[in-house]
Amino acid sequence: MSNLAEVFQNKKVFIPFVVADDPDIETTVKSVVTLAENGADIVELGIPFSDPVADGPVIQKADLRAFKAGVRTEVVFDIVKKIREQTQVPLVFLTYLNIVFKYGYSEFCQRCQKLGVSGLVIPDLPLEEQEEIRPSADKFGIDLIPLIAPTSEGRIEKIAEHASGFIYVVSSLGVTGVRDDIAKQKLSETIQRVRKVTNVPTAIGFGIHSPEQAETLAGIADGIIIGSAVVQIISEGGTDLQDKLAEYTRSIKDAISVKI
Amino acid sequence: MEEIKSKNKTDDSRHYGEFGGQYIPETLVNELHRVSDAYNKYKDDPAFLKEFHDLLNNYANRPSLLYYARQMTEDLGGAKIYLKREDLNHTGAHKINNVLGQALIAKRMGKTRLIAETGAGQHGVATATIAALFNMDCEIFMGKKDTERQKLNVYRMQLLGAKVHTVTNGSMVLKDAVNAAMQEWTKRVDDTFYVLGSAVGPYPYPEMVHDFQSVISKESKQQILEAEGRLPDAIVACVGGGSNAIGSFAEYINDKNVQLIGCEAAGKGVDTDQTAATIERGSVGIFHGMKSLFLQNDDGQIDKVYSISAGLDYPGVGPEHARLAELKRAKYVGITDDEAVDAFEYIAKTEGIIAAIESCHALAYVMKLAPTMGKDKIIICTVSGRGDKDVASIAKYRGVNIDE
Repeated sequence: MSNLAEVFQNKKVFIPFVVADDPDIETTVKSVVTLAENGADIVELGIPFSDPVADGPVIQKADLRAFKAGVRTEVVFDIVKKIREQTQVPLVFLTYLNIVFKYGYSEFCQRCQKLGVSGLVIPDLPLEEQEEIRPSADKFGIDLIPLIAPTSEGRIEKIAEHASGFIYVVSSLGVTGVRDDIAKQKLSETIQRVRKVTNVPTAIGFGIHSPEQAETLAGIADGIIIGSAVVQIISEGGTDLQDKLAEYTRSIKDAISVKI
Repeated sequence: MEEIKSKNKTDDSRHYGEFGGQYIPETLVNELHRVSDAYNKYKDDPAFLKEFHDLLNNYANRPSLLYYARQMTEDLGGAKIYLKREDLNHTGAHKINNVLGQALIAKRMGKTRLIAETGAGQHGVATATIAALFNMDCEIFMGKKDTERQKLNVYRMQLLGAKVHTVTNGSMVLKDAVNAAMQEWTKRVDDTFYVLGSAVGPYPYPEMVHDFQSVISKESKQQILEAEGRLPDAIVACVGGGSNAIGSFAEYINDKNVQLIGCEAAGKGVDTDQTAATIERGSVGIFHGMKSLFLQNDDGQIDKVYSISAGLDYPGVGPEHARLAELKRAKYVGITDDEAVDAFEYIAKTEGIIAAIESCHALAYVMKLAPTMGKDKIIICTVSGRGDKDVASIAKYRGVNIDE
């Protein structure tokens, strides 16, 4: 088990997401450093997959830019090495199971441990299929961060009991992407149920983009995850990209900090 | 079947050896469990089976003929060739067998909306047809490349009242249509049933498709026993995801003397990068909800695949086929575009049958196999669909312009 849960002590946590190698190695390294320096508590780094079934158009396009840049699994590990030269911000990978399977569960988890990647978010790995990767994850202290969906009725407690690091609470049905209609009441109930069975912290993701939403949802959970909105800023590029990322990160961090 | 179904783990029946499983987003897990529960509840239920078989016989035109292809047999000069004529089913392919079964499950689950992926359009047409019959809403996902090479089927689906979504992601073929249909399912599960057309995907889909398509081999076994008084020596069927092949093999899996041969689309050649020969060229991976064989690179990125046939250019194969290949119970061979097109023309001229280009991959192998076997041997080849939909693209392949 990693020390991810400790990050959540005494504060609401902001977890931005970027796609590795979108649009190039240097931008990813710089962006992660900027996010970390301006208040990101954990950064989720996406390893692109050819067929990202859980992702909406913004992240799909980012994956395509990364492939254009020639991203490989090894390249993503190199990016982490470069990030580690500048910041010790906790990192987790988001990727699809086949990427980890092909690398080898044990080899992949060992590599994560060595580079200081604390956890894995794998959207196509439900609890019932975790047994083949879990021994490797446990051996190298890598958290398997589970997802709980609005349709997880009857499974919430079981998933929470097996969780470590944090629990990714999916705000809405469908794929990743900015939206304004997140159902707070149900999320709140879900998180109450999680808290009855575990101390593992929760973070809400899918759809969050504005500081207002971040503030509201941070009132419900222990942290918030923002993907598409961050990736969108990176996609717009420009010489002031890092300034824009810094400003956005501070605006979210400010919004959720008042909740303590 | 025990050997095929036996698995490494002990607690469930979701696997075929190491293959299979349910590698799906959490959003779909409960729904998939509901589908499994419903399937397990109804699959042996007499009322369900009665309704299913009644529709197969009285709506879909079953049993399909087992036709002795005399001209082809004499011309090739070897084994006796029988064709299992799934092309004569209503909607023109084997796909309707499975759609009827799944749609009946959907109805019993209280669903009012069917979604499906389609490659060549045959599964989409079958789903749109049954949605019309059952008065259900229907939305079909089809890669842009396939909507172009199968225009006729797109219009057929629309005529039947379905909404056809053109998928522009990725390589814009069958794989991408499956992605889009799965994404749609994660958005709306309450009233929606995903009718998966091939023997792929998470459990229980490979098993449902196996069971509903096994009507093909149940019939053919009875028919060949009536015609010849014995079992065939070989069964030949084309394999994309593997639905008609698994249905054609199912009843013979335990008959060890019956050779089972699946014909994959080799595209421009098994050794080129323009191929869809998954079993010959693929490696173990996890995609579309299952562990199986996939065409992929060293990093696990799924390859773009190619075949002239929109129904076979899929980078994976059903988990039961992966297992049958591993056990060497079935053999899988690659057939190129050229060979399939030659077979398309041959079967038209020899037997007066315009067969689907997918099925022509199986027929092409029969053309190679039959002459190597004695005249006392018997081959059954499944003609999975009719080829009207392919006429325009075959003309184009041959450089003939049949447009106005």
